[in-house]
Order: sequence, then structure tokens, then C-alpha cells
Amino acid sequence: MPQIDHPERELLCGGPESYTGLPTMYCPGCHYGTVARVICEAIDELGIKKQAIGVAGVGCHGFMIGTIATDFVFALHGRGPGVATGIKRSQGGKPIVFTIQGDGDLAAIGMGDIINAIGRGEKLTTIFCNNAGYGTTGGQMAPTTLLEQVTTTTPTGRDPQVAGYPIHVAEMLAMLRGTAYSARGALTSRKNYNQTKKFLNLAFQKQMDGIGYGFVEILSACPSTLHMPPNKALKWVEEYMIAEYPLGEFKNVKEIL
Amino acid sequence: MLEKRLINGNEALGYGALYADCRCYFGYPITPQNEVVEFFARELPKVGGVFVQTESEVSSINMLYGAAATGVRAMTSSSSTGFSLMQEGISTLAASELPCVIADVQRGGPGGGNTQTSQMDYMQVTRGGGNGGYHNIVLSPASVQETFELVQLAFCLADKYRHPVIILTDAIIGQMQEGLELHRLDFGPLPDKKSWALTTVGDHDDPGRFIQNAPGILGSYRDYMIRITKKYQEMTEKEVRYQAGHTEDADLIVVSFGSSARSSLWAYHQARKEGLRVGFIRPITLWPFPTQIIRAAAQHTKKFVVVEDNLGQMLRDVQAAVQDKAEVHLVGIAHRHLVTSSGMIFPKTVLQEVKRLI
Repeated sequence: MPQIDHPERELLCGGPESYTGLPTMYCPGCHYGTVARVICEAIDELGIKKQAIGVAGVGCHGFMIGTIATDFVFALHGRGPGVATGIKRSQGGKPIVFTIQGDGDLAAIGMGDIINAIGRGEKLTTIFCNNAGYGTTGGQMAPTTLLEQVTTTTPTGRDPQVAGYPIHVAEMLAMLRGTAYSARGALTSRKNYNQTKKFLNLAFQKQMDGIGYGFVEILSACPSTLHMPPNKALKWVEEYMIAEYPLGEFKNVKEIL
Repeated sequence: MLEKRLINGNEALGYGALYADCRCYFGYPITPQNEVVEFFARELPKVGGVFVQTESEVSSINMLYGAAATGVRAMTSSSSTGFSLMQEGISTLAASELPCVIADVQRGGPGGGNTQTSQMDYMQVTRGGGNGGYHNIVLSPASVQETFELVQLAFCLADKYRHPVIILTDAIIGQMQEGLELHRLDFGPLPDKKSWALTTVGDHDDPGRFIQNAPGILGSYRDYMIRITKKYQEMTEKEVRYQAGHTEDADLIVVSFGSSARSSLWAYHQARKEGLRVGFIRPITLWPFPTQIIRAAAQHTKKFVVVEDNLGQMLRDVQAAVQDKAEVHLVGIAHRHLVTSSGMIFPKTVLQEVKRLI
């Protein structure tokens, strides 16, 4: 992609260069197809498709393996940063290695893995898809689920006395010394989309320049488990998720001392 | 000229890996295999290799997964409890058909058990250990020299079958000092990894490769299972290895592996010196298990004694092999010379039991 095989037609717009051309496997209105697209566009803008290796985790985000046309490894649940470390280091640091992880994958089962990868000073990039719940398994609570949010495992809403508080991953990882870049974006408007793409470019660039870990959290809508039509799910992200999880950069350093 | 060293089995694991051109090691400290981690931390940087001290055995096995996906020779090691933490990853490596080597220097179990020796992980390693009914070739050295050589063989078999290979040693083999002759073993040509290794789209011509740890999600699951079953059959037919003595001419055969086999070997030699018709079988591959040699011997030998430092694990495989054609006795953990975790099955104990049972 993109390609056109008709002699009289001109291609005006198409998919990104690093899009495989395969249909995504996502529910209508899911933001993850758009997450895949914004990653593809960032990869194209940096021209790194031929040097990149992706690591996908367990969760709906894992299906991006079929959407982004780089080499890919399917990692076990939460283990993306470890697998990425093995790839990056075994190849003498040459490939540009990125993990795509969901909120269950990264913030629940894999929180130790990402913290220790940053602690080791790995030069990697992580794209964290935060949709405030478990999509693949049918809408259970995630560490990023909002207070009072109804899920199948918080049927009367997330009560902090029983189920705790939302974790702000981008802010938390920004506190670690090995983090060169940490930001949070959303895809709810063209403006937010473009800003998220800029964040991704920078998060990859920190790895490419050998500075440190690059991290971007992307707020996403999961209409199926929110039980909302796509437009309302998008509004829900705008009204509630962004209110809890502010957008912007939390760390951007030129060198780590 | 061969280089000779006086070193322990844990360091022999390291030297074997270096001589097999392994250049990546990921490990977490745990007794009694800390010398392995320390060996690689010291030696790998000297040869341009990669050493990472991980935050857990879970992380070790997943870094190994990432490194193996790129086609390099890589390994990890641990001991019993840490090895248990790796099981999900080992199942994944088997599912993804990635060549790599994992060493388990056994300590006492179950649970935290103790930090001293045992052979209690036999069932775990020979039955897979993780979910999904996979098999790994399991190599069981009984000396420092053999540890060094079997690690080299392990890397060869891993590449040959695109599969993880397990080295099962224990605290005795790992900690004891013996003479070691350093030499590179040549196993001949092996399959090229370039057709599948993830080395970026810029390096190979494919539109984007992927390593799939869940064979049932994409592609034909049934065909995958049939193909992987054929691979296990081929391993079973071609890779059985064992050491045997006097199996044609024995009233009683001692079957033993790893450190227990050292006690058993002395007892076997001593019994023969004393004119007793005793035979000896030491499985070197615990999976695939040398069923046929034991089954053949059971046609004329009516007593088998399994010597292993556990409650009777290999015992089951020997019982399955003899098919009720012979008695199978156990000299196990109850025969240790001390009630504490420092207890061991001494050679003289094995000899006494052989004399009692013959």
C-alpha cells in the first residue's frame, strides 16, 4: 500500500506505505484501527519501516500485527518490553524495536516488565493503547478503568474502596530516569490525531538517537464494551477519559544524565 | 593442543555455550546456579556477546524468546523454582518453534524446597512443564565434561529441529569440580535460519515476517498440530541417547541419570568386580526416553533398580518400558544418608540395595 492498478485513475489518497493492506479485525467504531494507522504514518514519516521490528502483546492491540508491515513478534501477555530487549540487544542495537501494548498487557500483568526495561536503560519505543478496560475478554475492569465506570467486573461502577484507582502510566513512567520521552495523546479529533503522530515521531526518534526509552499512551474508545455507538464512545473519551488522563508531554529530554 | 581446566559444572555450561558460539545470555541469580550467571557476565563481553541480568526468570525466558526470534544462538538458565517461572515462556518457544537452550540446575523441591541437590524436576521437564502438551529434548549430563559437550549438542539439536532444548543438571553436577578438556564439537551442517529469522524488512525480501506464539489464532491449527507431532516423532526416532553396560547379560539392571548415575556407575562396576550379573543404563536424553533398550533388556532381565534423587519419577518411564515383564524397584530420596537437605544417595547405598535385590 498504497497502490493503484487502473491506467486512467490517479491515486489521490490511500493507506500509509507501511500498511499491509489487510482489513483490520476490529469492531465498528474501535479506535485501534486508527491507532494502527497513526503508527504506520509515523513509521512512514521517519522512513524506518525497513529497520523496524514490532512486538505485539495479548489483547485487541495484538491484531495490529496484521496491519503494520514490519517484522513482528507476538509476545506473551505483558512481556513485550522483555521480548523487545532480546531482539534489540541480540542484534547489536541495530533494529528500531517497538512494542504495542494494551492497558491490561502493560499496566496490569506487565507493569514490572516496562518499568524494569526503562530501569535497564533500554532504547525502545512503547505504544500504550489505553481504552479503560479489557476489550478482548469482554469488558472487564483494567487498571486504567475510570472511577464509577461500569464494567463486567465492576457491575456497580469502579469503587475505589474495593477496586482502587486509575493508574496514570505516562506520568508515572516519566519519573523514571531511563525515560527520554513520555506523552499521552488521543484520536478524537484531527488535531489530537496529528498531535499523537508528533508524539510517536518523537518517541521513535529518542530510540533512534540512542537517548533512551520513548513512550506514548494513546487514549482509545472501545464502543463494544462501553455499550455505546461509535460516536458516543468517542464523546465519552473526550468528556471522561481526557478529564482523567490529560493529554500532552510529560517528559522530553535531549540526553539522560 | 586441548586446553584443560579444573572447573565446576556450572562453568562448564558456560564454556559449552561459548564453544557453540552462543553470544546471548539472559539470567537471574538463584542458588545453586549463580556461577552460570556470573560466568556469562564475565565472559560474554570479552567476545562481543550480550549479557543481561534480568528482573525475573519470567523476563529471562521472554528476552530469550526475543533473541531466538532473530535467529541468534541464545540461552538462559535457572534452578527449579525459577525454572518453574519460565514454563509459560518455554511453552511459547516450543509453540513458536524457536531454537534456544535452557538449563535447569535442579535444587530441592517442592516449592522453595532447599538450595541443595535433588532430581525432582524430571517429570516437569520430560512432560513439557507448561501448558499445551509440547515436548522438548532433555539432555542430562553426569559429569563436568559431559555438561560441556551436551550444551554444544543442545544448540545443534535446537537448530536442527527449530525447538527449545533443555539441559537438566543438578546442584551436584553444577557445583562439583572436575577436569575439563575444552574442544569444539562439529555436528555437521545445520538448517539455515535466514528463511524465517526476524531481521527487519530491509534485510529480507518478505513483506513482513512474524513469529506467532499462538498457532491456533492464525492459519490451520490442525495442520500445525499434525506437523508438530511429526517433529516429536522424528525426535523420538532419531535422538535417543544413553550409556549402557552388560544389558545382555544381567540379572539386575540399574537405571539412573545425572548425579545419581555417578553413584550408580560405581555400584555397577563394583558389583561386576564381585562377580554379580549387574547391568547399567544411563539415559542421556530423558526425553525422548530410551524405552527400547529397556524394553529389550526386560525380555531376559527380571529386575530393574531405578536410582534417582526424588520420590520416583523416572521410575514411571522405566515401568512403562518394561511392560510388567520385570520388577522395578526404586532407590530414591528415602535412601539418602542424612535426613537433612544435605543428604545424598551414596554409591555404597546403591551397591547394598543391588545386593539385597539381586
